[in-house]
Amino acid sequence: MIQSDKKLPDLPPPRRSDGAFGWIRANLFSSVTNTLLTLLAVYLLYIGLVPLIQWAFIDASWVGETRDDCAVGGACWVFIKTRLNQFVYGFYPEELYWRVNWVFILFGVLITLLIAEKTPYKKWIVIFTLTVFPIITFYLVYGGAFGLEVVETHKWGGLMLTLILAVVGIVAALPFGILLALGRRSTMPVIKTFCTLFIEIWRGVPLITVLFMASVMLPLFIPEEIVFDKLVRALIGIVMFQSAYMAEVVRGGLQAIPKGQYEAASALGLSYWKMMGLIILPQALKLMIPGIVNTFIALFKDTSLVLVIGLLDLLAIVQAGLADAKWAGYSVEGYVFVGLVFWVFCFGMSRYSQALEKKLDTGHKS
Amino acid sequence: MSNEVQQNLMAISDEIMVEMRSVNKWYGEFHVLKDINITVRRGERIVLCGPSGSGKSTTIRCINRLEEHQTGDIIVAGTPLTNDLKNIEVIRREVGMVFQHFNLFPHLTVLENCCLAPVWVRKMPKKEAEEIAMNYLKRVKIPDQALKYPGQLSGGQQQRVAIARSLCMNPEVMLFDEPTSALDPEMIKEVLDTMIELAEDGMTMLCVTHEMGFAKTVANRVVFMDGGQIIEENCPHEFFNNPQSERTQLFLSQILQH
Repeated sequence: MIQSDKKLPDLPPPRRSDGAFGWIRANLFSSVTNTLLTLLAVYLLYIGLVPLIQWAFIDASWVGETRDDCAVGGACWVFIKTRLNQFVYGFYPEELYWRVNWVFILFGVLITLLIAEKTPYKKWIVIFTLTVFPIITFYLVYGGAFGLEVVETHKWGGLMLTLILAVVGIVAALPFGILLALGRRSTMPVIKTFCTLFIEIWRGVPLITVLFMASVMLPLFIPEEIVFDKLVRALIGIVMFQSAYMAEVVRGGLQAIPKGQYEAASALGLSYWKMMGLIILPQALKLMIPGIVNTFIALFKDTSLVLVIGLLDLLAIVQAGLADAKWAGYSVEGYVFVGLVFWVFCFGMSRYSQALEKKLDTGHKS
Repeated sequence: MSNEVQQNLMAISDEIMVEMRSVNKWYGEFHVLKDINITVRRGERIVLCGPSGSGKSTTIRCINRLEEHQTGDIIVAGTPLTNDLKNIEVIRREVGMVFQHFNLFPHLTVLENCCLAPVWVRKMPKKEAEEIAMNYLKRVKIPDQALKYPGQLSGGQQQRVAIARSLCMNPEVMLFDEPTSALDPEMIKEVLDTMIELAEDGMTMLCVTHEMGFAKTVANRVVFMDGGQIIEENCPHEFFNNPQSERTQLFLSQILQH
C-alpha cells in the first residue's frame, strides 16, 4: 500500500509562544497555587531588595573626606573612596603608581586582544603575553633596571597583589598540572610514583599550611643567604598546591578521551608528545574547561589566605583599613566592596569559559 | 563483477612486506595468539576471518605495535619490530590502519585529519600535504566535505576519510580492522568499493572482515583463525568451496546460512 508517493513540502514548525504576556500567563499564573507562589516571590523580592537599594544607593553618601560626611542609615562609600588607592596599590609609593598602572593597562589590552575573536597574529600575542609581558611586569612593578627605583615586595598590596598572585598561580599551575597528570598516567614506574606522591602530598594539606611552611618554616631550614623573598616563596607554594589540583582535573579530562584516539594517532606514526599535543590534549582540555575554570576561580579567592603570612592582599588591606579608629563601624561597606571586586573577576572568568566552550564545540564526539 | 575485479588486480611481486614468524602473545595468563605464521608479499590481499575472540584483530594490531607480542619475530617492509622506538616509528610510517570505529580526530576538519601526519611525521610542507590530501579525498569521492568536521559526516563518509587519512602517509601496507562492522547496511558498499579500488591499485592489504563477498572478489588468500591460532589458509575459491577443517566448515555454514 502506497501512502503518498509525492514528496511532502517542508512546513515551518508551529509557533509556540504568543508573546511575553502569554508566557507570563502560562508560566507564572497558570493555576491558583502558581499565582500565589508568584505573588509570594514578588513580595519576598520586594522586602529584600528595596531596603538594600535604599541602603546602597538612595541613602548612601558618596562625597566627602571623613566619616562626618556620611549620613546615618545609608552606605558610607566615602570610606572606600578615600582609601581606594591603598586598596588597589597597597603601600606602593604614590609617585610610582604610574608603573603599576602601565601594567594594568597592558594586561587589559592583552586580555582583550586574546579574548576578541578576530585578532590577527594571535599566536604571537600569546607568546608575547607569556614571555615578554611577565618580564616587563617584573621590571615595572619591582624595578631595579632601566633606572627604575626598586620597590620591595613588602610594599606591594591590595588588588595589585591579589592579581599578581592569582595570575601567576593560574598561568603556572596549568602547565605543571598537565605534566603531573601525564606523569601520573605514565607507564614508567619512577615517573608515575613521583607524580602520584607529589599530587597526593600537596592535595592533602591545607593551603594555609603550605603558605605558613613557605613563610615561617622554610627560613629555619635554609641558610639565610639563600632564602628568597617572602612573596616568591608564597607564589611557589601556591603554584605547587594548585598544580596538584589542576593535575587531577586534567587527568579526569584525559580519561574521557576514547582509546581509539590514542590508537589512531599512534598508528599514523605520531610520537608520544606529538600525539598528546596535537590530538589528546586539545580534545581533553576542551572537556576540562569547566573544571579548570572552577579551579581558577577557587585559586583566585584562595589568594586572600596570604594574609596569614603578612602579605596584604585586597581583603587584608580592607580589613586593615577597618581597624583604623577613624573608620570604625564601616566594615559592611568594606566587605561589600571586596566581595563585589572578587565577584566581578570570578564572574568574568566564568562567562569567558562558557563562551570558550561554545566556540570550541565542533558539535560531535568521536 | 567478480571477474572484472580479478582481472584488474595486479600481479604480486616476490618482495615480502610483512612476515610474522611463530608469534605468541598472552594477556596475563591468557594465551591469545598461538604460533602465528603469516607471510604477505607486496601487492597481496589477505582476508582474516573467524569467530569473535579468535585473535584476528590482535594479529593485525601486532603488526604496527598497537599490541605487543611476547615471542616470535615480526618484520615489516624489512624492518624488524622490536622494542626499539625508532623501529616502531619507521614501521608505523609505512603501515596505514583503518579502524572499526573510524577514530577520526573530532576536533580537526577532514582536511586537517588528512594533513596532520604528513606534516608532523613526514615533515611535508603544509601546501603539499593539502594537495595530496585533496587528491586522496577525490579518490574516495568526498572532496567537497574537506572543510567539514568528522561529526558532520555519515558513517560511510567518515570511514572513507579514515582510509584517505591513512593513504596520505603513502603507506606500503594497509591494515583494515573490521572496517565495515560499525556501518549501516547501505553504507557498507561505498566503503567496500573504496577498498576494492585500493586493491586494484596494487596496495598490500590485510583485512579483518566478515564481508565474505569482499573476500571472494578481492583476496588472494583467506586466513581462518579460531582460538588464537591459524586453522586454515587458502585461496578464496578453495577456502569457500572446499574447506579442509571441520571448524572452518562449521564457521562457513554459520555465516553463509543467513
